[in-house]
Amino acid sequence: MYFDAATATPLHPAAREALLGALDDGWADPGKLYTQARRARLLLDAARDTFAQVLGVRPDEVTFAGSGSTAAHAAVLGGLAGRRRAGAALVRSAIEHSAVLHAGERHVRAGGTETAVPVDRLGRVDLDAWAQAVSAPGVALAALISASHEVGTVQPVAAAAAACREAGVPLYVDAAQSLGRLSVPDGWSLLTGSARKWGGPPGVGLLVVRKGTRWVSPYPADDRESGRFPGAPDLPAIIAAAASLHAVHETAAQEGERQSELVDRVRTTVAATVPDVEIVGDPVDRLPHVVTFSCLYVDGEALLTALDRRGFAVSSGSACTSSTLQPSHVLAAMGVLTHGNIRLSLHRDSTAEQVDRFLAELPGIVAALRAEVGM
Amino acid sequence: MSADTPVEVLNCLGQRCPLPVIALAKRLPAVPVGAVVRVLADDPAAAVDIPAWCRMRAQEYVGAIAVDGSPAFDVRRLA
Ligand SMILES: Cc1ncc(COP(=O)(O)O)c(C=O)c1O
Repeated sequence: MYFDAATATPLHPAAREALLGALDDGWADPGKLYTQARRARLLLDAARDTFAQVLGVRPDEVTFAGSGSTAAHAAVLGGLAGRRRAGAALVRSAIEHSAVLHAGERHVRAGGTETAVPVDRLGRVDLDAWAQAVSAPGVALAALISASHEVGTVQPVAAAAAACREAGVPLYVDAAQSLGRLSVPDGWSLLTGSARKWGGPPGVGLLVVRKGTRWVSPYPADDRESGRFPGAPDLPAIIAAAASLHAVHETAAQEGERQSELVDRVRTTVAATVPDVEIVGDPVDRLPHVVTFSCLYVDGEALLTALDRRGFAVSSGSACTSSTLQPSHVLAAMGVLTHGNIRLSLHRDSTAEQVDRFLAELPGIVAALRAEVGM
Repeated sequence: MSADTPVEVLNCLGQRCPLPVIALAKRLPAVPVGAVVRVLADDPAAAVDIPAWCRMRAQEYVGAIAVDGSPAFDVRRLA
Protein backbone atom coordinates (compact mmCIF):
# COMPACT_ATOMS: atom_id res chain seq x y z
CA MET A 1 0.00 0.00 0.00
CA TYR A 2 1.74 3.06 -1.31
CA PHE A 3 1.00 6.25 0.60
CA ASP A 4 3.83 8.51 -0.50
CA ALA A 5 2.35 10.30 -3.50
CA ALA A 6 3.69 13.65 -2.29
CA THR A 7 7.17 12.29 -3.01
CA ALA A 8 6.36 10.37 -6.20
CA THR A 9 2.97 9.40 -7.59
CA PRO A 10 2.60 6.13 -9.52
CA LEU A 11 2.69 6.76 -13.26
CA HIS A 12 -0.73 7.82 -14.54
CA PRO A 13 -2.02 5.56 -17.38
CA ALA A 14 -2.09 8.59 -19.67
CA ALA A 15 1.58 9.23 -18.88
CA ARG A 16 2.49 5.62 -19.50
CA GLU A 17 0.72 5.53 -22.86
CA ALA A 18 2.24 8.82 -23.98
CA LEU A 19 5.69 7.78 -22.78
CA LEU A 20 5.64 4.50 -24.71
CA GLY A 21 4.55 6.31 -27.86
CA ALA A 22 7.12 9.03 -27.40
CA LEU A 23 10.00 6.59 -27.01
CA ASP A 24 9.63 5.81 -30.72
CA ASP A 25 8.74 9.34 -31.80
CA GLY A 26 10.50 11.73 -29.50
CA TRP A 27 14.14 10.75 -29.40
CA ALA A 28 15.47 13.25 -31.93
CA ASP A 29 16.86 16.65 -30.95
CA PRO A 30 14.09 19.24 -31.35
CA GLY A 31 16.66 21.93 -32.13
CA LYS A 32 17.94 20.47 -35.43
CA LEU A 33 16.81 21.07 -38.96
CA TYR A 34 15.90 17.69 -40.40
CA THR A 35 12.66 15.75 -40.56
CA GLN A 36 13.12 13.76 -37.34
CA ALA A 37 13.99 16.94 -35.47
CA ARG A 38 10.97 18.77 -36.82
CA ARG A 39 8.79 15.92 -35.59
CA ALA A 40 10.40 16.21 -32.14
CA ARG A 41 9.92 19.98 -32.20
CA LEU A 42 6.22 19.55 -32.96
CA LEU A 43 5.85 17.16 -30.02
CA LEU A 44 7.72 19.51 -27.68
CA ASP A 45 5.60 22.47 -28.81
CA ALA A 46 2.42 20.46 -28.29
CA ALA A 47 3.51 19.52 -24.76
CA ARG A 48 4.30 23.15 -24.00
CA ASP A 49 0.89 24.19 -25.33
CA THR A 50 -0.79 21.65 -23.05
CA PHE A 51 1.02 23.02 -20.02
CA ALA A 52 0.21 26.59 -21.02
CA GLN A 53 -3.46 25.78 -21.44
CA VAL A 54 -3.78 23.95 -18.11
CA LEU A 55 -1.87 26.67 -16.26
CA GLY A 56 -3.51 29.56 -18.06
CA VAL A 57 -0.21 31.05 -19.24
CA ARG A 58 1.49 31.63 -22.60
CA PRO A 59 3.46 28.77 -24.13
CA ASP A 60 6.61 30.90 -24.31
CA GLU A 61 6.40 31.38 -20.54
CA VAL A 62 6.76 27.61 -19.96
CA THR A 63 10.21 26.07 -19.51
CA PHE A 64 11.01 22.43 -18.88
CA ALA A 65 13.65 21.70 -16.25
CA GLY A 66 15.26 18.50 -15.02
CA SER A 67 13.19 18.17 -11.83
CA GLY A 68 11.10 20.16 -9.40
CA SER A 69 14.29 20.86 -7.44
CA THR A 70 16.31 22.22 -10.35
CA ALA A 71 13.30 24.29 -11.40
CA ALA A 72 13.18 25.75 -7.87
CA HIS A 73 16.91 26.51 -7.99
CA ALA A 74 16.44 28.25 -11.33
CA ALA A 75 13.46 30.24 -10.06
CA VAL A 76 15.23 31.45 -6.92
CA LEU A 77 18.70 32.10 -8.30
CA GLY A 78 17.44 33.44 -11.65
CA GLY A 79 14.85 35.63 -9.95
CA LEU A 80 17.49 37.07 -7.62
CA ALA A 81 19.98 37.57 -10.46
CA GLY A 82 17.39 39.37 -12.57
CA ARG A 83 16.74 41.88 -9.80
CA ARG A 84 20.31 42.42 -8.66
CA ARG A 85 19.93 46.16 -9.14
CA ALA A 86 16.91 46.26 -6.80
CA GLY A 87 18.82 44.54 -4.01
CA ALA A 88 20.17 41.26 -2.70
CA ALA A 89 17.54 40.22 -0.17
CA LEU A 90 15.50 37.03 -0.52
CA VAL A 91 12.30 36.72 1.49
CA ARG A 92 10.87 33.21 1.90
CA SER A 93 8.55 31.38 4.23
CA ALA A 94 10.09 29.23 6.95
CA ILE A 95 8.50 26.13 5.41
CA GLU A 96 9.83 26.13 1.85
CA HIS A 97 11.05 22.94 0.24
CA SER A 98 14.73 22.13 0.83
CA ALA A 99 15.48 23.00 -2.82
CA VAL A 100 14.46 26.61 -2.11
CA LEU A 101 16.36 26.59 1.19
CA HIS A 102 19.51 25.34 -0.49
CA ALA A 103 19.25 27.92 -3.26
CA GLY A 104 18.87 30.56 -0.53
CA GLU A 105 21.96 29.24 1.27
CA ARG A 106 23.96 29.64 -1.90
CA HIS A 107 22.66 33.19 -2.28
CA VAL A 108 23.71 34.00 1.28
CA ARG A 109 27.16 32.43 0.77
CA ALA A 110 27.52 34.69 -2.27
CA GLY A 111 26.92 37.74 -0.08
CA GLY A 112 23.14 38.06 -0.29
CA THR A 113 20.72 38.11 2.61
CA GLU A 114 17.68 36.04 3.44
CA THR A 115 14.64 36.49 5.69
CA ALA A 116 12.58 33.48 6.77
CA VAL A 117 8.98 34.49 7.51
CA PRO A 118 7.44 32.45 10.35
CA VAL A 119 4.31 30.30 10.19
CA ASP A 120 1.61 29.65 12.79
CA ARG A 121 0.92 26.36 14.57
CA LEU A 122 -1.11 25.16 11.57
CA GLY A 123 1.73 25.90 9.19
CA ARG A 124 0.28 29.02 7.55
CA VAL A 125 2.64 31.89 6.82
CA ASP A 126 2.23 34.97 9.02
CA LEU A 127 0.86 37.53 6.55
CA ASP A 128 1.73 40.59 8.65
CA ALA A 129 5.31 39.45 8.96
CA TRP A 130 5.31 38.61 5.26
CA ALA A 131 4.06 42.05 4.23
CA GLN A 132 6.64 43.68 6.48
CA ALA A 133 9.47 41.51 5.14
CA VAL A 134 8.69 42.07 1.45
CA SER A 135 8.36 45.84 1.90
CA ALA A 136 11.81 46.19 3.47
CA PRO A 137 14.39 47.95 1.31
CA GLY A 138 16.47 45.86 -1.08
CA VAL A 139 14.17 42.86 -1.49
CA ALA A 140 14.84 41.23 -4.87
CA LEU A 141 12.52 38.21 -4.67
CA ALA A 142 9.95 36.58 -2.39
CA ALA A 143 9.32 32.82 -2.36
CA LEU A 144 6.22 31.08 -1.04
CA ILE A 145 5.26 27.43 -1.36
CA SER A 146 1.66 27.04 -2.63
CA ALA A 147 0.88 24.37 -0.03
CA SER A 148 3.13 22.60 2.41
CA HIS A 149 4.54 19.35 1.09
CA GLU A 150 4.98 18.13 4.66
CA VAL A 151 1.73 19.05 6.39
CA GLY A 152 -0.58 20.00 3.53
CA THR A 153 -1.55 23.47 4.71
CA VAL A 154 -2.50 25.70 1.77
CA GLN A 155 -0.74 29.04 1.88
CA PRO A 156 -2.46 32.42 1.43
CA VAL A 157 -0.89 32.95 -1.98
CA ALA A 158 -3.35 35.63 -3.15
CA ALA A 159 -2.80 37.79 -0.07
CA ALA A 160 0.96 37.22 -0.17
CA ALA A 161 0.96 38.19 -3.86
CA ALA A 162 -0.98 41.37 -3.07
CA ALA A 163 1.65 42.36 -0.48
CA CYS A 164 4.38 41.67 -3.04
CA ARG A 165 2.62 43.72 -5.70
CA GLU A 166 2.32 46.63 -3.30
CA ALA A 167 6.02 46.41 -2.50
CA GLY A 168 7.00 45.96 -6.15
CA VAL A 169 8.64 42.60 -5.41
CA PRO A 170 8.19 39.60 -7.73
CA LEU A 171 6.72 36.47 -6.15
CA TYR A 172 7.94 32.94 -6.83
CA VAL A 173 5.46 30.17 -6.00
CA ASP A 174 6.65 26.57 -5.60
CA ALA A 175 3.45 24.84 -6.67
CA ALA A 176 4.84 21.29 -6.73
CA GLN A 177 2.14 19.86 -4.47
CA SER A 178 -0.76 21.82 -5.96
CA LEU A 179 -0.39 21.36 -9.71
CA GLY A 180 -2.89 18.86 -11.03
CA ARG A 181 -4.83 18.97 -7.74
CA LEU A 182 -5.67 22.55 -6.75
CA SER A 183 -5.66 25.79 -8.70
CA VAL A 184 -3.03 28.32 -7.73
CA PRO A 185 -4.13 31.96 -7.37
CA ASP A 186 -2.70 34.53 -9.79
CA GLY A 187 -0.30 37.28 -8.91
CA TRP A 188 3.00 35.40 -9.12
CA SER A 189 5.89 36.07 -11.46
CA LEU A 190 7.64 32.70 -11.24
CA LEU A 191 6.14 29.27 -10.62
CA THR A 192 7.61 25.78 -10.50
CA GLY A 193 6.33 22.21 -10.40
CA SER A 194 7.40 18.59 -10.65
CA ALA A 195 5.70 16.04 -12.91
CA ARG A 196 6.22 13.08 -10.60
CA LYS A 197 3.94 14.69 -8.05
CA TRP A 198 0.88 14.42 -10.34
CA GLY A 199 1.54 11.08 -12.03
CA GLY A 200 4.04 12.11 -14.67
CA PRO A 201 7.49 10.55 -14.86
CA PRO A 202 10.34 11.61 -12.58
CA GLY A 203 12.87 14.00 -14.03
CA VAL A 204 10.52 16.62 -15.43
CA GLY A 205 10.41 19.98 -13.73
CA LEU A 206 8.40 22.97 -14.78
CA LEU A 207 9.49 26.60 -14.59
CA VAL A 208 7.04 29.33 -15.58
CA VAL A 209 8.44 32.83 -16.03
CA ARG A 210 5.68 35.36 -16.64
CA LYS A 211 6.22 37.99 -19.31
CA GLY A 212 7.87 41.09 -17.93
CA THR A 213 9.59 39.23 -15.09
CA ARG A 214 13.23 40.09 -14.66
CA TRP A 215 14.90 36.70 -14.68
CA VAL A 216 18.49 35.89 -15.63
CA SER A 217 19.64 32.32 -16.10
CA PRO A 218 21.93 31.22 -13.26
CA TYR A 219 23.54 28.65 -15.58
CA PRO A 220 26.32 28.79 -18.16
CA ALA A 221 24.91 29.84 -21.54
CA ASP A 222 22.83 27.30 -23.45
CA ASP A 223 20.21 28.01 -26.09
CA ARG A 224 17.85 25.14 -25.25
CA GLU A 225 14.51 26.06 -23.66
CA SER A 226 14.90 29.68 -24.82
CA GLY A 227 18.09 29.91 -22.77
CA ARG A 228 16.29 29.24 -19.52
CA PHE A 229 17.33 25.69 -18.76
CA PRO A 230 20.46 23.99 -20.08
CA GLY A 231 20.80 20.60 -21.70
CA ALA A 232 18.70 18.53 -24.06
CA PRO A 233 15.20 18.21 -22.65
CA ASP A 234 13.89 14.69 -21.95
CA LEU A 235 11.24 14.88 -24.63
CA PRO A 236 9.49 11.52 -24.04
CA ALA A 237 9.18 12.30 -20.32
CA ILE A 238 7.93 15.83 -21.07
CA ILE A 239 5.27 14.46 -23.43
CA ALA A 240 4.18 12.01 -20.75
CA ALA A 241 4.14 14.80 -18.16
CA ALA A 242 1.88 16.90 -20.39
CA ALA A 243 -0.50 14.01 -21.09
CA SER A 244 -0.82 13.18 -17.40
CA LEU A 245 -1.24 16.81 -16.33
CA HIS A 246 -4.04 17.17 -18.83
CA ALA A 247 -5.67 13.94 -17.57
CA VAL A 248 -5.45 14.71 -13.85
CA HIS A 249 -6.59 18.27 -14.44
CA GLU A 250 -9.82 16.96 -15.95
CA THR A 251 -10.67 14.88 -12.89
CA ALA A 252 -9.00 17.02 -10.20
CA ALA A 253 -12.17 18.24 -8.48
CA GLN A 254 -13.71 14.79 -8.19
CA GLU A 255 -10.48 12.98 -7.24
CA GLY A 256 -9.62 15.72 -4.78
CA GLU A 257 -12.93 15.34 -3.04
CA ARG A 258 -12.53 11.57 -2.81
CA GLN A 259 -8.99 11.79 -1.42
CA SER A 260 -9.92 14.62 0.90
CA GLU A 261 -12.63 12.48 2.48
CA LEU A 262 -10.09 9.73 3.06
CA VAL A 263 -7.75 12.26 4.65
CA ASP A 264 -10.58 13.40 6.94
CA ARG A 265 -11.12 9.79 7.90
CA VAL A 266 -7.44 9.41 8.77
CA ARG A 267 -7.44 12.64 10.78
CA THR A 268 -10.45 11.74 12.91
CA THR A 269 -9.69 8.04 13.30
CA VAL A 270 -6.03 8.46 14.27
CA ALA A 271 -6.97 11.12 16.82
CA ALA A 272 -9.56 8.78 18.29
CA THR A 273 -7.62 5.51 18.28
CA VAL A 274 -4.02 6.49 19.00
CA PRO A 275 -3.38 8.16 22.37
CA ASP A 276 -0.90 11.03 22.64
CA VAL A 277 -0.93 11.88 18.97
CA GLU A 278 -0.79 15.28 17.35
CA ILE A 279 -2.48 15.65 13.96
CA VAL A 280 -0.71 18.55 12.30
CA GLY A 281 -1.56 21.02 9.57
CA ASP A 282 -4.78 22.85 8.76
CA PRO A 283 -7.77 20.47 9.01
CA VAL A 284 -9.73 22.32 6.31
CA ASP A 285 -7.57 24.61 4.20
CA ARG A 286 -5.23 21.88 3.05
CA LEU A 287 -4.12 19.74 0.15
CA PRO A 288 -6.64 16.99 -0.65
CA HIS A 289 -4.09 14.18 -0.46
CA VAL A 290 -1.75 14.88 2.48
CA VAL A 291 -2.16 14.05 6.17
CA THR A 292 0.56 14.26 8.79
CA PHE A 293 0.68 13.32 12.45
CA SER A 294 3.22 12.76 15.22
CA CYS A 295 3.10 10.08 17.92
CA LEU A 296 4.66 10.85 21.29
CA TYR A 297 7.48 8.59 22.50
CA VAL A 298 7.87 6.87 19.14
CA ASP A 299 10.99 6.88 17.04
CA GLY A 300 10.07 7.93 13.49
CA GLU A 301 12.44 5.51 11.82
CA ALA A 302 11.18 2.59 13.89
CA LEU A 303 7.62 3.54 12.96
CA LEU A 304 8.48 3.73 9.24
CA THR A 305 10.19 0.36 9.43
CA ALA A 306 7.32 -1.27 11.29
CA LEU A 307 4.83 0.13 8.77
CA ASP A 308 6.97 -0.99 5.85
CA ARG A 309 7.06 -4.51 7.28
CA ARG A 310 3.26 -4.52 7.17
CA GLY A 311 3.32 -3.24 3.60
CA PHE A 312 2.66 0.48 4.16
CA ALA A 313 4.91 2.98 2.38
CA VAL A 314 4.81 6.37 4.11
CA SER A 315 7.18 9.26 4.69
CA SER A 316 8.44 10.93 7.88
CA GLY A 317 9.75 14.34 8.92
CA SER A 318 11.46 12.97 12.01
CA ALA A 319 15.15 13.66 12.46
CA CYS A 320 16.19 10.02 12.56
CA THR A 321 14.81 9.51 9.04
CA SER A 322 16.77 12.38 7.48
CA SER A 323 20.33 12.17 6.22
CA THR A 324 21.29 15.19 8.31
CA LEU A 325 19.63 13.90 11.51
CA GLN A 326 17.90 17.27 11.76
CA PRO A 327 14.18 17.31 12.47
CA SER A 328 11.95 18.66 9.71
CA HIS A 329 12.34 22.43 9.46
CA VAL A 330 8.63 22.58 8.64
CA LEU A 331 7.49 20.85 11.83
CA ALA A 332 10.02 22.86 13.84
CA ALA A 333 8.78 26.16 12.38
CA MET A 334 5.22 25.17 13.34
CA GLY A 335 6.32 24.25 16.85
CA VAL A 336 4.76 20.78 16.63
CA LEU A 337 6.16 17.47 17.73
CA THR A 338 8.87 16.30 15.33
CA HIS A 339 9.48 12.75 16.54
CA GLY A 340 7.21 9.85 15.71
CA ASN A 341 6.13 11.73 12.61
CA ILE A 342 4.33 10.15 9.67
CA ARG A 343 3.03 11.65 6.43
CA LEU A 344 0.51 9.79 4.31
CA SER A 345 -0.11 11.12 0.84
CA LEU A 346 -2.75 9.59 -1.39
CA HIS A 347 -3.18 9.22 -5.15
CA ARG A 348 -5.77 7.97 -7.63
CA ASP A 349 -5.06 4.31 -6.85
CA SER A 350 -5.44 4.77 -3.08
CA THR A 351 -8.62 3.06 -1.92
CA ALA A 352 -10.78 3.34 1.18
CA GLU A 353 -9.93 -0.32 1.92
CA GLN A 354 -6.21 0.46 1.97
CA VAL A 355 -6.72 3.45 4.23
CA ASP A 356 -8.93 1.41 6.56
CA ARG A 357 -6.29 -1.30 6.77
CA PHE A 358 -3.73 1.29 7.74
CA LEU A 359 -6.07 2.72 10.35
CA ALA A 360 -6.76 -0.74 11.74
CA GLU A 361 -3.08 -1.62 12.10
CA LEU A 362 -1.62 1.70 13.26
CA PRO A 363 -2.78 1.71 16.91
CA GLY A 364 -1.23 -1.70 17.57
CA ILE A 365 2.04 -0.75 15.87
CA VAL A 366 2.34 2.45 17.88
CA ALA A 367 1.43 0.69 21.14
CA ALA A 368 4.08 -2.00 20.52
CA LEU A 369 6.79 0.59 19.83
CA ARG A 370 5.84 2.50 22.97
CA ALA A 371 5.90 -0.69 25.04
CA GLU A 372 9.50 -1.26 23.89
CA VAL A 373 10.54 1.99 25.58
CA GLY A 374 8.40 1.43 28.65
CA MET A 375 5.68 3.92 27.75
CA MET B 1 15.73 28.71 46.21
CA SER B 2 13.22 30.21 43.76
CA ALA B 3 10.17 28.38 42.46
CA ASP B 4 11.98 27.96 39.18
CA THR B 5 15.00 26.17 40.62
CA PRO B 6 14.93 22.64 39.27
CA VAL B 7 14.41 19.88 41.82
CA GLU B 8 15.92 17.43 39.43
CA VAL B 9 18.21 17.46 36.39
CA LEU B 10 17.93 14.77 33.71
CA ASN B 11 21.13 14.37 31.77
CA CYS B 12 20.06 13.34 28.27
CA LEU B 13 23.12 14.69 26.49
CA GLY B 14 24.00 12.51 23.53
CA GLN B 15 20.54 10.95 23.43
CA ARG B 16 18.45 11.11 20.29
CA CYS B 17 14.80 12.13 20.31
CA PRO B 18 12.43 10.80 21.50
CA LEU B 19 14.63 9.58 24.39
CA PRO B 20 14.87 12.95 26.24
CA VAL B 21 11.10 13.36 26.00
CA ILE B 22 10.56 9.82 27.27
CA ALA B 23 12.90 10.50 30.20
CA LEU B 24 10.95 13.65 31.02
CA ALA B 25 7.58 11.90 30.73
CA LYS B 26 8.75 9.14 33.07
CA ARG B 27 10.28 11.46 35.64
CA LEU B 28 7.90 14.41 35.86
CA PRO B 29 5.07 12.52 37.62
CA ALA B 30 7.52 11.71 40.44
CA VAL B 31 8.16 15.34 41.43
CA PRO B 32 5.68 17.46 43.38
CA VAL B 33 3.14 19.56 41.50
CA GLY B 34 4.70 22.97 40.95
CA ALA B 35 8.27 21.64 40.87
CA VAL B 36 10.59 22.12 37.92
CA VAL B 37 12.59 19.41 36.13
CA ARG B 38 15.52 20.36 33.93
CA VAL B 39 16.37 18.28 30.86
CA LEU B 40 19.87 18.56 29.43
CA ALA B 41 19.52 17.55 25.79
CA ASP B 42 21.67 18.40 22.77
CA ASP B 43 19.61 16.58 20.17
CA PRO B 44 18.33 19.33 17.85
CA ALA B 45 14.78 17.93 18.01
CA ALA B 46 14.58 18.44 21.79
CA ALA B 47 14.19 22.22 21.44
CA VAL B 48 10.95 21.65 19.55
CA ASP B 49 9.75 18.41 21.07
CA ILE B 50 10.01 19.34 24.76
CA PRO B 51 7.77 22.44 24.39
CA ALA B 52 5.42 20.39 22.16
CA TRP B 53 5.26 17.64 24.79
CA CYS B 54 4.37 20.22 27.46
CA ARG B 55 1.55 21.55 25.28
CA MET B 56 0.21 18.06 24.51
CA ARG B 57 0.47 16.88 28.14
CA ALA B 58 -0.70 20.17 29.69
CA GLN B 59 2.53 20.82 31.59
CA GLU B 60 4.32 24.16 31.73
CA TYR B 61 7.31 24.80 29.52
CA VAL B 62 9.39 27.26 31.54
CA GLY B 63 12.06 27.87 28.92
CA ALA B 64 15.45 27.02 27.48
CA ILE B 65 18.82 27.95 28.95
CA ALA B 66 22.42 26.94 28.44
CA VAL B 67 24.10 24.91 31.18
CA ASP B 68 27.88 24.70 30.79
CA GLY B 69 27.37 25.35 27.10
CA SER B 70 24.77 22.60 26.67
CA PRO B 71 21.11 23.25 25.86
CA ALA B 72 18.77 22.68 28.80
CA PHE B 73 14.99 22.86 29.04
CA ASP B 74 12.95 23.53 32.18
CA VAL B 75 9.50 22.02 32.67
CA ARG B 76 7.12 22.59 35.58
CA ARG B 77 4.69 19.90 36.66
CA LEU B 78 1.19 21.37 36.62
CA ALA B 79 -0.84 18.29 37.37
C1 LIG C 1 7.02 21.51 -2.61
C2 LIG C 1 8.08 20.80 -3.37
N1 LIG C 1 8.97 21.50 -4.09
C3 LIG C 1 9.94 20.90 -4.82
C4 LIG C 1 10.06 19.52 -4.83
C5 LIG C 1 11.17 18.90 -5.61
O1 LIG C 1 10.73 18.21 -6.74
P1 LIG C 1 11.59 17.01 -7.34
O2 LIG C 1 11.42 15.88 -6.40
O3 LIG C 1 11.02 16.77 -8.70
O4 LIG C 1 13.01 17.46 -7.42
C6 LIG C 1 9.16 18.76 -4.09
C7 LIG C 1 9.29 17.28 -4.03
O5 LIG C 1 9.94 16.74 -3.17
C8 LIG C 1 8.15 19.40 -3.35
O6 LIG C 1 7.27 18.71 -2.62
